[in-house]
Amino acid sequence: MIEQSVLMQLIIILPLLAIPGIIIFGKWPNLREAVTLIAGGLLLIAVIVFYQNFDAGQAAYIHWIELLPGLDIAFKAEPLGVLFSMVAGSLWLVTSVYAIGYMRGHGEVNQTRFYACFAVAISAVMGLAFADNLFTLFIFYEVLTLSTYPLVTHAGTEKAKQGGRTYLSILLATSIGFLLLAIVGTWWQTGTLTFTQGGVFDDSTSKVATSVLLVLFIFGIGKAAIMPFHRWLPAAMVAPTPVSALLHAVAVVKAGVFTVLKVCVYIFGIDLLRDIPATQWLLYLAAASVLLASLVAMRQDNLKKRLAYSTVSQLGYITIGALLASQAGILGGALHIVAHAFGKITLFFCAGAIMVAAHKTEISDMRGLGKAMPITMIAFFIGSLSIIGLPPAAGVWSKWYLLMGTLDTHQWIVMSVLMVSSLLNIAYLLPIPLRAFFPGAGPQGADFRENAKVIRIERAQIKEAPWPSLVALSITAIMTMVLFFWPHVFYELAASLAGLSGGING
Amino acid sequence: MIEHLPILQVIIPLLAAPICLILREARLVRWFTFIASALAFVNSILLLQQVQTQGTISYSLGGWDAPIGIEYRIDLLNAYLLILVTSISTLALLAAGPSLRKELSERKETYFYVAYLLCLTGLLGILATGDAFNVFVFLEISSLASYTMIAMGRDRRALWASYQYLIMGTIGATFILIGIGLMYMMTGTLNMYDLAERLPEVQQTKTVFTAFAFFVVGVCLKLALFPLHLWLPNAYAYAPSIATVFLAATATKVAIYVLLRFIFSVYGFEFSFSHLPLQEILVALGLMGVFAASIVAIYQDNVKRLFAYSSVAQIGYMILGLGVGSKTGLTATLLHLFNHALMKGAIFLALAGLIYRVGSVNLKAFSGLGKQMPWTMAAIVVGGLSLIGVPLTVGFVSKWYLVLALLESNWWPIAVLVLIGSLLAVIYVWRIVEVAYFRKAMQDSAPYKEAPLMILIPTWILVLANIYFGIDTGFTVGLSEQIAASLFEVAK
Repeated sequence: MIEQSVLMQLIIILPLLAIPGIIIFGKWPNLREAVTLIAGGLLLIAVIVFYQNFDAGQAAYIHWIELLPGLDIAFKAEPLGVLFSMVAGSLWLVTSVYAIGYMRGHGEVNQTRFYACFAVAISAVMGLAFADNLFTLFIFYEVLTLSTYPLVTHAGTEKAKQGGRTYLSILLATSIGFLLLAIVGTWWQTGTLTFTQGGVFDDSTSKVATSVLLVLFIFGIGKAAIMPFHRWLPAAMVAPTPVSALLHAVAVVKAGVFTVLKVCVYIFGIDLLRDIPATQWLLYLAAASVLLASLVAMRQDNLKKRLAYSTVSQLGYITIGALLASQAGILGGALHIVAHAFGKITLFFCAGAIMVAAHKTEISDMRGLGKAMPITMIAFFIGSLSIIGLPPAAGVWSKWYLLMGTLDTHQWIVMSVLMVSSLLNIAYLLPIPLRAFFPGAGPQGADFRENAKVIRIERAQIKEAPWPSLVALSITAIMTMVLFFWPHVFYELAASLAGLSGGING
Repeated sequence: MIEHLPILQVIIPLLAAPICLILREARLVRWFTFIASALAFVNSILLLQQVQTQGTISYSLGGWDAPIGIEYRIDLLNAYLLILVTSISTLALLAAGPSLRKELSERKETYFYVAYLLCLTGLLGILATGDAFNVFVFLEISSLASYTMIAMGRDRRALWASYQYLIMGTIGATFILIGIGLMYMMTGTLNMYDLAERLPEVQQTKTVFTAFAFFVVGVCLKLALFPLHLWLPNAYAYAPSIATVFLAATATKVAIYVLLRFIFSVYGFEFSFSHLPLQEILVALGLMGVFAASIVAIYQDNVKRLFAYSSVAQIGYMILGLGVGSKTGLTATLLHLFNHALMKGAIFLALAGLIYRVGSVNLKAFSGLGKQMPWTMAAIVVGGLSLIGVPLTVGFVSKWYLVLALLESNWWPIAVLVLIGSLLAVIYVWRIVEVAYFRKAMQDSAPYKEAPLMILIPTWILVLANIYFGIDTGFTVGLSEQIAASLFEVAK
């Protein structure tokens, strides 16, 4: 068997190794996509093998170089990182399959650049997942921002450039303006940036200093999309749908909340976190973010925009989980990374499939689509259930533990926000598949029916999306249900993270 | 031979300059200049090794001992900067052939190399000498040579730019001369080491204060500290590309060296920072420079001018680090000296290649270049990322130390401002990226070819150096920390 530490490096480098192949075969799309698929398949195998041999007691550790005195680029496997790498690693392959159908169906240009940047982004995610210290994490965090920028502006239109500008400026402004400052501040206070069980701060650091640092961290991790720094996520929706699906529902945003969890558990430690006065306020801020984003999502007619705001809201759940500073909260937050990833990627896949097959982006146009695209709409229904937190979908478990966390810590306001938000989720997600299958008369009465006739004529020609896309979205939908019945793999990882974090029992 | 290295450092380019005139033939001159510069580079490496093994080198010119004769004095700081100047100069000369052939007439080419060598002589002289008046002399040599080089630009505006620089530069040099004169009046010596010993006795006199003020203002003019930077943008924008590379990467750095040398080794840290409000002035001007120049850079359409303003902003960072007045702050300044030379060297060399093919550095001309000149544009992007301070580039290393220094001194509001300043860099760099990669090429022009290999190679050497020294920071950080420590030791 390969040494664990070697395997870990391989996981980080593997997507990069695909890039020369992607560029060389740029002129032959079939070979080029084959390279991506092979790399995706190998990566999936690698993360699974890595998980099977993973032992939290003797975690793999590898030290690359010492960049500045005391600042290392080093990697270490720990439960949350393994969990994240499994989510991102398994979904890369599925997304690649989906992308082939989508990009060709949509006739996109510059596909070589697209696949190459995608591979860099995945590599950055893996590096981030296994980072042993804040410094390494920061490096990959920035690589992720920069490598996804060309994907956001892929179309090259004025709108895409505008979106790219918002995307880059918010992410870089928060990461350089706040996160870097927080990291230097932590380094200056403690002299270490290594993720340590129980946190790195000792009693010599004043509460004021830790409060300021915590605020800087939470705002600085712009990828977690806490309001008011969430604007980049809707802006990023100009990207091709596979990008929105994997990167802006899974990899990039999850990198954000992953960082929040890491910082809360391994830099502050949840015992300290509970005592910091700022935590309470940040908790309310995250709760407000959950609620407001849900409300905004209800008003969006563009499907991708609605999903984006829904993501902002769901990311707030994970931040809440981290800031609750209890074992159940951490457990719920970590599980929600997984549950939301599978659920939301399904929804995005469906949105893209509808766009390719029916050329529809607005929700109000999607009435009655269920007949033409039954598989897509059923998958959408399952994905919605997971986001809402209803059985039989994976979202149940994470929401369950998050609520437990609020009960443990007596955060009644936060608890009611979570409940209300779930109701809002029902209100903005479920009508879409329901209306697709049961179009009914529609609210606008006669006027609408006339329109409907026109649309119906077109609809006769609508078929399901290209088969690779269909396969991909079926897989993720099925996975969402599988994770409801067999959540053990991820549950154990999340539980061991919660166990490592110490603190009161859930 | 080996003991004459300090003077050889200056003599090699000085003698090479008139020989160029004799050789005349442009191609011959080009290789000759390159060899002279490469020799100077080797010389500087040997010097650094010697300093590292034996400590500070003192060399008496013509066998006359200081303080009667002129002393050349090489310590780590000098050696560090000598390497910087000679290496950048050599790389720039590697690319000079094709670029100059395109931009100058053949007759002018030879003169350009002569001016270039004289400028190099001047800069190396400033670095090597231990004599205050000698500093002034070499400063004038380098300045006169650079006025000449700038005036050779393709555009008639180059003449105006050169004239502007001439006036401002002469004012600066006069101020420096007045400062040195007053120092001489009070102490009767021009040797820096001697000055350092005698100045404390007369420290509290108005004359010494005046001398210091004149000197610092003069040097700040030469190093283009905001608001004395007005000469710089035009000079960089309209000079021949190779002259821009060389001056942007080295000339201001040498001026900063002079400032450091006089503050720390001659007047002493105590005098400069306690008796005079130098700290407040430097920090305020440094910060204002960062913001004012970055904001102006955002609105530039001429990309060379844009990066020239960015240089003014980066000088602001260096001065800010100095203004913190701590060892970490000085380390940040010294790191940024080196790192900024790498960034701007790479960027301006890439622009030289771009001018060679496209003939214009207007932002509009960049449309679609991302595809047509991938290597050149990639070089500009990496240089730009380094300017912003993205991790794994050199820019990050210097920014890290600067922010750390500011936090150590509990100046966190300024640390925030510094980071905001680097976000302004994102804006001006990204304007270029957007045009080059996401705007379609103009219809009426045939696609441009990639820049010639002779320009591309040195560009990419510098680009890779940007990344290499961003990852393996042992050389730069180690040396900077050592120098900072020794300067503070001398100062106490």
